[in-house]
Amino acid sequence: MRAICEHGPLLQMLFSWLLDVLGSMNNERTMNHAPSTPGLPLTPPPLGPVDAIVLGASAGGVGALLAILSGLPASFLLPMVAVVHIPRDKPSLLVEALGAYAHIAVCEACDKDRLLPGLVIAPPDYHVLLDVDSGGLHLAGAQDVHLALSNDALVNYSRPSIDVLFQSSAEVFGSRVAGIVLTGANDDGALGLWAIKEYGGLCAVQSPDEASARRMPEAAIASAQPQFVAPLNGIIQWIIALDAHRAGDTEGTVLHGR
Amino acid sequence: MSSSDGHNGEGTFDIELKLLLEAIFQRYHCDFRGYAMSSLRRRLRQAMDRFGASSLSVLQDRVLRDAQALPILLDYLTIQVSEMFRDPAHFLALRRDVLPILATYPSLKIWIAGCSTGEELYSMAILLEEEGLLDRAMIYATDVNDEALRKAEAGVYALDRVAGFSASYAAAGGKGSLSDWYTAAYNDVVFDRRLRRNVVFSDHSLATDGDFTETHLVLCRNVLIYFDRGLQDRAIALFEQSLVPRGFLALGSKENLRVSSHAAAFDTFAMHERIYRKR
Repeated sequence: MRAICEHGPLLQMLFSWLLDVLGSMNNERTMNHAPSTPGLPLTPPPLGPVDAIVLGASAGGVGALLAILSGLPASFLLPMVAVVHIPRDKPSLLVEALGAYAHIAVCEACDKDRLLPGLVIAPPDYHVLLDVDSGGLHLAGAQDVHLALSNDALVNYSRPSIDVLFQSSAEVFGSRVAGIVLTGANDDGALGLWAIKEYGGLCAVQSPDEASARRMPEAAIASAQPQFVAPLNGIIQWIIALDAHRAGDTEGTVLHGR
Repeated sequence: MSSSDGHNGEGTFDIELKLLLEAIFQRYHCDFRGYAMSSLRRRLRQAMDRFGASSLSVLQDRVLRDAQALPILLDYLTIQVSEMFRDPAHFLALRRDVLPILATYPSLKIWIAGCSTGEELYSMAILLEEEGLLDRAMIYATDVNDEALRKAEAGVYALDRVAGFSASYAAAGGKGSLSDWYTAAYNDVVFDRRLRRNVVFSDHSLATDGDFTETHLVLCRNVLIYFDRGLQDRAIALFEQSLVPRGFLALGSKENLRVSSHAAAFDTFAMHERIYRKR
């Protein structure tokens, strides 16, 4: 349990770091909302609060996820769910591969598992959706949310599909979710990220220039007009800031007697 | 579009969804009220497109007044397409570890709960026949969808799916070639009718019906994922009541009993294959 007083300075530090990162990326026009008029200040990406992060990746995605995971500290508490396109007909070694580099828990999704801190990976040949214990009321906190698997038809030739996870996360969390589309060579995730944006959630996309395959990031940018487009380093700093921001938000709420 | 608009809209969608399920239950006694909302939302959005309905309330109006619309809607609510020998390791474990124990019984009753279009039924029947147990087995294949049951009874599958089935059959320890068990005709294959000589097909709802016979093995794979916790508990209670002491329960590879309130009634027999044994 971290003391409340720690969060103010931590948050400030992270935020200024984030601004530095963004500032250094200015030339690359890595922000979607980067000003077309030179000289306008760069808008920092919003910090939520969010209760969970969903990620989607395809070609090159394992490397991208590895980079993100190895950049997150053990104290990172935001639950994350990821869909990576993998062969449907054999067991996945992703959890072992990613877990070796992670400071947080990494596991494969199982039906009705509670959404907990750590990274959950969609298993081969199942869609992963999110559901609320009470049976569908909105604006759940992460503590009321569990994973729901499905064998329904392939979406974008994929099972698991990024769109299915993202759409469902928007339905359960409303604005309190961040969706991140990483490298990939197809359009999965574009509609799902759009849905997250529609519900008022936060959207980020890996810079197509940095991605091993640029099609998926480009499709997501075109469809969702995300608040944040950045290389992995920027995305890592952003989600660390999201985590710190949420911790502050949660404890603030507790102080007010929730 | 502001976020709150979208949110309110979707809040309405969930209300309409629950009202629709209640209406279907009241009017037709088909109970989907315990199904997981996450999948229902997706499926019913697709059903709205199919019916050209602008909202679930419009769809509800249609279904309440037009009984012809019900079977079409049921396909969206219930059909799960499975594959033969899906997760070969599971069927290999059944063949190697479970059937030798079941072979000690003079007669066997096996319940395939939520058999849908029959892929797992034929997988199980082939397994039993190859292990010399089909003659003393009775298989109960149940589902809520009559149309799916008819397809299961017909045992006809598209030829282009069979290559995958054959590979899984071999990986599951198949003793010959899957083609020993079907005849190809045009773009389909038809499974040997002898495989269903001891199969009873029956309309049965895990949401509203009770257990109906004593069983030694219940196979219910990737059905419980579509149920909420309450309905999942109800189904597992039925399996528990139906199973003989030391009877087996086989679930899908990403399902588990851990979250069920009946977990204590079962031992884990093969953790990775999700095979449990009644205490």
